[in-house]
Amino acid sequence: MKTAHPFTSEPGTVGEGLAQRGVSRRNFLKYCSTLASLLALPAGMAPVLAAAIATARRQSVIWLSFQECTGCTESITRSHSPTLENLIFDLISLDYHHTLQAASAEAAEQAREQAMHDNVGKYLLIVDGSIPLGNPGYSTIAGISNHAMLLDSARGAAVIVAVGTCATYGGIPKADPNPTGAVSVSDIVKDKPIINIPGCPPIPVVMTGVLAHFLTFGKIPELDGLGRPKVFYGETIHDRCYRRPFYDQGKFAQSFDDEAARRGWCLFKLGCKGPVTYNACATTKWNDGTSFPIQSGHGCIGCSEPNFWDAGGFYQALSMPITPVQGTLAAAAAAGAAAGVAVTWHNRSKKSAARAAHQKMTVDDLKREEQ
Amino acid sequence: MNSLDLLTFARGTALNAALAVCAFGILLRLFEIFGLGRKADLSPARPTTPGSGWRTMYARSIPPPGMVRRDPVTYIAGYVFHIGLFITILLFAPHIELIREVTSLGWPSLPSALVDALAVASIIALLVLLAHRFSNPVKRLLTTGGDYLAWVLTLLPLLTGYLAYHHLLFEYTFMLALHILSVELLLMLLPFTKLFHVVSVFISRWYNGDISGRKGVAS
Repeated sequence: MKTAHPFTSEPGTVGEGLAQRGVSRRNFLKYCSTLASLLALPAGMAPVLAAAIATARRQSVIWLSFQECTGCTESITRSHSPTLENLIFDLISLDYHHTLQAASAEAAEQAREQAMHDNVGKYLLIVDGSIPLGNPGYSTIAGISNHAMLLDSARGAAVIVAVGTCATYGGIPKADPNPTGAVSVSDIVKDKPIINIPGCPPIPVVMTGVLAHFLTFGKIPELDGLGRPKVFYGETIHDRCYRRPFYDQGKFAQSFDDEAARRGWCLFKLGCKGPVTYNACATTKWNDGTSFPIQSGHGCIGCSEPNFWDAGGFYQALSMPITPVQGTLAAAAAAGAAAGVAVTWHNRSKKSAARAAHQKMTVDDLKREEQ
Repeated sequence: MNSLDLLTFARGTALNAALAVCAFGILLRLFEIFGLGRKADLSPARPTTPGSGWRTMYARSIPPPGMVRRDPVTYIAGYVFHIGLFITILLFAPHIELIREVTSLGWPSLPSALVDALAVASIIALLVLLAHRFSNPVKRLLTTGGDYLAWVLTLLPLLTGYLAYHHLLFEYTFMLALHILSVELLLMLLPFTKLFHVVSVFISRWYNGDISGRKGVAS
């Protein structure tokens, strides 16, 4: 007997793809419930999400990699296969991606051009890596500079998703002294909606979550002032950290291996940047929800914030000076003392001069004036 | 410039500049004050009262008999403000980390919630003192622009610190940057306003006590 498949099995839809891969409706709905909660949607939205994702056409995606380390791709592909996140990602139509595509050389470039041509105005452009403006030759693909390829690919995109701190804010390539003149996607593209998903790398479920939101609602999620989806970047690591009560109680680890560290006390004094880092690590965690840096004993380095690389040492507490101040203090104090001596000398010589100019009067002088 | 850049600026360049101006100003003024010199006192000292200067340093730190009753607002709000500020600055963990980094001296901190409560008490005391300054005709007459400037300079770090801690008004990173910048403004103007009493208070009390003792008005 032929059983009706749980998914809408229109050809080319996500539902069809999932059915082919043997994903049960139960598992799919579980995934959608998780997504709904991640996206801070009411529980009742899970079936809506499921219906929308299952019937969505496979979204054409072009993924451009510029000045990057492939960490973002590693992150999104290493989500403990086979997870549903991974499958969802497989089931978009990833038409161009250097690392993942089989095609190479001209065939690869043709794939990009074909996808752009077939889906003009509809495709999703994902970018990881920063764009060098110092010299077009610093980073090229098939002889095309990153700058030219971005402008060309952005023209027909529906939405651009900048993935990773390099694409969103320039990242490590932009770190002082920024030898390549690296900039972010939003520094170049001004006329398209851009979703920033920063992180070095970003959390896999954040990437798939944003994608699911776009597939479901056909629009970009609510963004903050730095272009980040509020749902994932609305709170700091510190605010959601399980060690936060220790911060409030004034209980801090003084070194990485002391008793306090073993008890799980706050890592603020060891340089944790959780208080100024907006990301979802403390809630979604990493490696299939196993842990996140602070849970494994290391402070947050703030990798999803703009210019985090130049924001002081990773092991300096947030309230510490970024550069040593002792030299400045000593020099300023010496200069102040010297200026004080100079002022004192000036005051005293004025006093001496006044004393020297002072004319004494005798009684005889007064008598002479009377006459 | 985004919030983190502003914070980086506040923790780096601005902090260095503020500390430099503060150290320069304090040393300049101390040398200037100590270098003023005094005319030799040719009259013999009145019945010698050794330690008058030291006793005055203590005596003027506590209210004279009857004065709390006579002017409770000034005394009580004054004490609440000063003690609250002192604890907020010196016993909050992030502040101690800054002091430890600059001076290599450190000490245990108080729980953040307690420091928070004392900071609120200080802010309220400052507001009460301002209202009293407006309403009391003598105080109003004595007040100059410098007094209001000192009040604002002192309030801003307390207020921005409170807002940052509670994630109010602006997002935390920006508010923290504003907090540090407000402290830097305070540091830069401290040597050149009446806030210099942070450094000079006990020096002047000792001098007043000692000179008075010499003239026969020992404390």
